[in-house]
Amino acid sequence: MTALLEKYPNEIQAIMAKYPANKAGKRSAVMPLLYLAQHEYGYVTKEAIVQIAEICEISTTDVASMIGFYTLYHDQPSGTYQIQVCTDLPCALRGAEEFLQKLCENLGIKVGEVTSDGKVKVEAVMCLAGCDKAPLFQVEGPDGLEYHENQTVESALEVINKLKQG
Amino acid sequence: MTEYILLRHRDIAGIEQIETYRNNGGFTALQKAITSMDPDDVTNEVKASGLRGRGGAGFPTGLKWSFIDGHNWPHYVIANADESEPGTFKDREILEGNPYQFLEGVAICAYAVKANNAYIYLRGEFWPIAKKLDQCIAEMEAAGLLGDKLFGRDISIRLHTHLGAGAYICGEESALLDSLEGKLGQPRLRPPFPPAVGVYSKPTIVNNVETLSNVPFIIDRGAAWFKGIGTEKSPGPKIFSLSGCVNRPGNYELPLGTTFRELIMDHGRGIIEGHKIKAIMAAGASSALIMANDEALNTPMDYESLQKLGAQLGSASVIVIDETFDIPWVINKTVHFFQHESCGKCTPCREGTYWMMHLTERINSGEASMEDVELLHDVASQIKGKCLCALGEFSIEAPLSGIERFKADFEARTAKTNA
Repeated sequence: MTALLEKYPNEIQAIMAKYPANKAGKRSAVMPLLYLAQHEYGYVTKEAIVQIAEICEISTTDVASMIGFYTLYHDQPSGTYQIQVCTDLPCALRGAEEFLQKLCENLGIKVGEVTSDGKVKVEAVMCLAGCDKAPLFQVEGPDGLEYHENQTVESALEVINKLKQG
Repeated sequence: MTEYILLRHRDIAGIEQIETYRNNGGFTALQKAITSMDPDDVTNEVKASGLRGRGGAGFPTGLKWSFIDGHNWPHYVIANADESEPGTFKDREILEGNPYQFLEGVAICAYAVKANNAYIYLRGEFWPIAKKLDQCIAEMEAAGLLGDKLFGRDISIRLHTHLGAGAYICGEESALLDSLEGKLGQPRLRPPFPPAVGVYSKPTIVNNVETLSNVPFIIDRGAAWFKGIGTEKSPGPKIFSLSGCVNRPGNYELPLGTTFRELIMDHGRGIIEGHKIKAIMAAGASSALIMANDEALNTPMDYESLQKLGAQLGSASVIVIDETFDIPWVINKTVHFFQHESCGKCTPCREGTYWMMHLTERINSGEASMEDVELLHDVASQIKGKCLCALGEFSIEAPLSGIERFKADFEARTAKTNA
C-alpha cells in the first residue's frame, strides 16, 4: 500500500468513486490526486508521482507530464508564497501593470523575483476571472489559493507583511 | 428587467442556502420535469425556448441535447465552469451567489439526456467554489433531490465536481473532455462531436454554467415566456461582463439585444474621467476590435447584429478601451495571452502565436516599421482557418481587426522607424 493511500484512504476512495469503476475512470483521478499530494508535501514529490501512477494504473511519465502541462502543479518545493497579479488586458486597462511595478519597487525586487528573506515571490499571471475588481492578485501558498481583489499597493503590502510574519 | 432570472441573489438574500432557494420556487422545475415530463419533452421545451449556448458559440441548446446518441450508453453531462477568458467573470458570480439554480439546471439536463452522472469542471482557482458546490450537492442528496429513486421514480442523477489546474485551453470543450479523462488538455479532432463521442468515448452534453442556469426557469415558466425576453433569434436574459475603462465595471443581466450604449453609458456609467471611448471588444480577448462609433454604440448586443460589425458576441464579455490607450499595446496584450495559453498541439497556433508575439512586442516598443505590421497581418492571416480548435482562431481576431480598423495607431507607433 502506498503512503498516500495509507494516510488518506477515505479521501482517495471518495475521489475514485466520482469516476467510472474501470481503467479509464481510474485515470480521471490523476488531477485530484495531484492536488492531494501537493497539499500533503507542499509540492508533488517523485515518490508521490510513483504512488499516483500506481493508483491510477498509468505510467509515471503520464503523471509527470500532467505537472508540466498544468500550471497549478509543482514538482519543486517553492518555500514561498507566490503573489500572482493578473495583468491581462481588462486588468491592465485598470492600472494592473502600474500596480505590479510599484508593488515590486516597494519590495525591492523585479517582477518574477523573490524577496530577500526568501518568503514571497511576485509574478504576473493570466486572467483570474475578476476583471471588474482589478487590480487583483491571488496568493498561492501551502494553504492553497486565496483571492485579494480591488487592491492598492498599500493594501497589498499589508497582505504581504502578514504572510511574511506568519 | 423587473426581476433577475440568473443573478437572483441580487433580489433574494440568502438564496445560496437550500431552504431559501426552495422557498422561492427552487426545485419545482426539477420535480415538474421528472414527475410530469418525458426526457424528450424537456429537450423539446428547451429547443422551443430558443436558448443558445452562453459560453461563446451561441449554439442552440435544445438542438445539442437532441443530438445525444441513444444507441451508446451511458450518457454524461458536463457543466463547463472553466471560466478563463480575459474579460469574463459571470459564471463565477452565478456559482457563488445562486449555486442551486445552476445545479438544478445540471440535474434537469441530465434527466433530459438520460445521464446518471454529471461532472462540473471548474478552473483550479475556483477551488473554494468547488468546495461549496460539494456541500450544496450533499444537501441536495440529503433532501432527496439528487441520488437514486428521485421523486419516487426509477431515476438516478449524481453530480460531481472536478478541478482543472490552470489551463485556459480546458474551456474548449474537447480539451476539457481529455482533461477530465486525466490527460493533457488538448483539443480533439472533430467530428465526432461530444453528443456522439464525448468523455470516456460516450455520448456527452457539454454546456456552459450560464446556459444551464436558464433551464429551471424555462421548464418552470415555459418556452413562450422565455421567448418574450430578448430578440426573436437571440431570446432570453444574458449576463454581460463589463470591464475596462468604465466607471462601474461588473456583471449586468440584461435582455439580449440591449445596445452597447445602454450597457456602457447607462449601466457602466460611462468612461473613466470622461475620456472618449475608442474601441470595444465584445467577446473578451477573443474579440475583433470594434470601432466605438455611433453605429457600433447603437448596435443591439445579440448573436446576429454583432456580425454586421465584423465581430462576435461570444460570451458577452465587453471590454471597453478609451482614447488614452493605443491599439498596438492592446493587441500585444491579447497575443501574449494566447501565446501563453496555446496548448501546443497544432502548429498554426503554437508557432503562429509565438511569431505574432515577437512582432507585436517589437511594434509596441516602437522598434518596428509598417513592413512589420504588414508581416503581422500576413502571419495572422495564415493562421486563419488552419487551427485545430477555436482558441487558435480567436488569437488572430484582435491583431487582424486592429490593423485593419486602427491603422493610424500603427503608423504612429512605427513613425520613428519608417522615417
